[in-house]
Amino acid sequence: MKNETVALGPNQVVGAPVPRPQRSASVQTYIPEIAKGLGITMKHFFQNTKEMAFGQRNDPVLEGIEDGINCISYPEQKRPYPARFRGVHRLTQREDGAPRCVACLCCSTACPAQCIHIEAGEYPEGDPRRGYERFPKRFVIDELRCIFCGFCVEACPVDAIRMDTGVHAAPYDSREQFIFEKDILMGFPGRDGSRLTGNSRHEPGEGGHPGVDRDKH
Amino acid sequence: MEPLDQELDEAELEMPTEPMLLNVGPAHPAMHGTVRCVMELSGEIIEHVDVQVGYLHRGFEKMCERGTWTQVFPYVDRCNYVSPMLNNVAFALACEKMLGVTVPERCQWYRIILGELARMSDHLTCDGAMAMELGAFTPFLWMIKAREMIWDLLEEETGARLTHSFGRVGGMASPPTDNLKDNARAVTQHILSVVDEVEKLLLGNRIFLDRLEGIGVISQADAISLGWTGPCLRATGVAYDVRKASPYLKYGELDFEVPVGTTGDCFDRFMVRLAEMRQSARIIEQACQRMADKGPVNIDDPRIILPPKEEVYNTIEGTIQHFKIVMEGLKLPAGEVYAYTEGGNGELGFYLVSDGSGTPYRVRIRPPCFLITAGLERIITGAMMADVVPSFGSLNMIGGECDR
Ligand code: SF4
Ligand code: SF4
Repeated sequence: MKNETVALGPNQVVGAPVPRPQRSASVQTYIPEIAKGLGITMKHFFQNTKEMAFGQRNDPVLEGIEDGINCISYPEQKRPYPARFRGVHRLTQREDGAPRCVACLCCSTACPAQCIHIEAGEYPEGDPRRGYERFPKRFVIDELRCIFCGFCVEACPVDAIRMDTGVHAAPYDSREQFIFEKDILMGFPGRDGSRLTGNSRHEPGEGGHPGVDRDKH
Repeated sequence: MEPLDQELDEAELEMPTEPMLLNVGPAHPAMHGTVRCVMELSGEIIEHVDVQVGYLHRGFEKMCERGTWTQVFPYVDRCNYVSPMLNNVAFALACEKMLGVTVPERCQWYRIILGELARMSDHLTCDGAMAMELGAFTPFLWMIKAREMIWDLLEEETGARLTHSFGRVGGMASPPTDNLKDNARAVTQHILSVVDEVEKLLLGNRIFLDRLEGIGVISQADAISLGWTGPCLRATGVAYDVRKASPYLKYGELDFEVPVGTTGDCFDRFMVRLAEMRQSARIIEQACQRMADKGPVNIDDPRIILPPKEEVYNTIEGTIQHFKIVMEGLKLPAGEVYAYTEGGNGELGFYLVSDGSGTPYRVRIRPPCFLITAGLERIITGAMMADVVPSFGSLNMIGGECDR
């Protein structure tokens, strides 16, 4: 039973037929071909054992693409995560240690899992930032609901939230431990060890701010 | 002399039999994903089979109507979870068709490279799992190791191994990394060597051949009338590949073949997938050559794409644009569109209806697996019980996509 291969559609696509099984005598008698197959497997086996015995095992962490055994002995050995890896969130800080977040709710709006909860607060009377921006009284991320999509990072207009900690979501033993409050989120440093925001804009009360001149008018 | 049982009715001599009901799945390892097959067996022959899908139904289409168009990307990641990047690209293309925009060339090549890598991972998984279910564990491990490399590469590009959420309407979430081309070339080289080795191991093995050849045969006419697409349809000899039939992205300019089978049995499906991996490698090589190292990835339209971060931080226009898109969602013009691409298992289409607001009115996916699984009953009725495993394995049913 053979099907016709015909040119198809306006683009006249013609397929390239794939081969059918070649049942030569050595295939039909089973043994010779099985021996060949075992040969291939054994080649790998001896190569791997040799590497083990002579300590030539390549570094599985960095050489994932090489031949041989590429088992990572977690947790003694850890695979370095690529630069773009989306890990646990962190909140970046200003120079004075306050969170950079201005509680604009962009991240919680963009979050498809709806796992960010923010309560905005006003700065006290007399603070140069009062009336200019707000701060998060509470900032909570439920890392169990989070799907690590990175939309919150993309949505933040002031570079206040990042996922560049290089830490994957750790297992805990109760649900409460997955609810990351503001202080936990601010405690994570970035990969480079920095906690500062990369935002180039300076707000009132910070060095480099040109000053708010709307009060003068 | 007359025989003794002359007066006896034939039926009284036979033991009264009734068909044996056998329930396979939904949590059976051979029913990857979650499918339940209720079979009526007579001896080892399947007389009737009732294939039940839907155990992984998560209401994907309804959930999409809740958020913005961008928020659909994490959902499509979880449809075909063996090649999520193809789903990302397909959905982005559907939205772009609705908007009537085309992404810059560099982005098109980027999408092709990532998409073909995802297709390879899809085929590696399917062929590997098929071999494993027939007892050949070694090729499975080699293929999964090769798939790991693809996922490492995709992690490097997108930030997540599986749930990339990397496509965006009008571009990609980030531009290609500097060593994308080197990595892609190295990975495809390695995969090709794995494919060669697997071929050497399996195609000389008589048990493997006997269990695939002539098993699970479907005719061209049946496959077409069931709505089959992808490798399963091509195994019957129909050279229907969306990349060739109605080229999208840059596929029209690329040189590759459409491997087809001749018989439509499990063996052809296995071989078509192997051959397609080789074609994918060719496509990736050509795309690597033609993709520019510099240039824009996202389209230049502030209504669609979030402005660059520096502008958001420092200019009021950038901030307003940013807030408009994040708070209201990207607005697609009212209307409907059907856009289709070649997914890992066949024609992956998205039918979108928009009412002009920032929220999808309706998102309908045409999952290739669903229609292919609908043919499972036809190819295993009358077959032996043991043939279910290769037949079902060769269809590459992916639960997330089939049940949505
Ligand atoms: S990574 Fe995604 S799911 Fe997690 S908090 Fe951010 S937006 Fe929400
Ligand atoms: S983290 Fe960023 S997006 Fe989220 S509320 Fe704070 S400033 Fe807004």
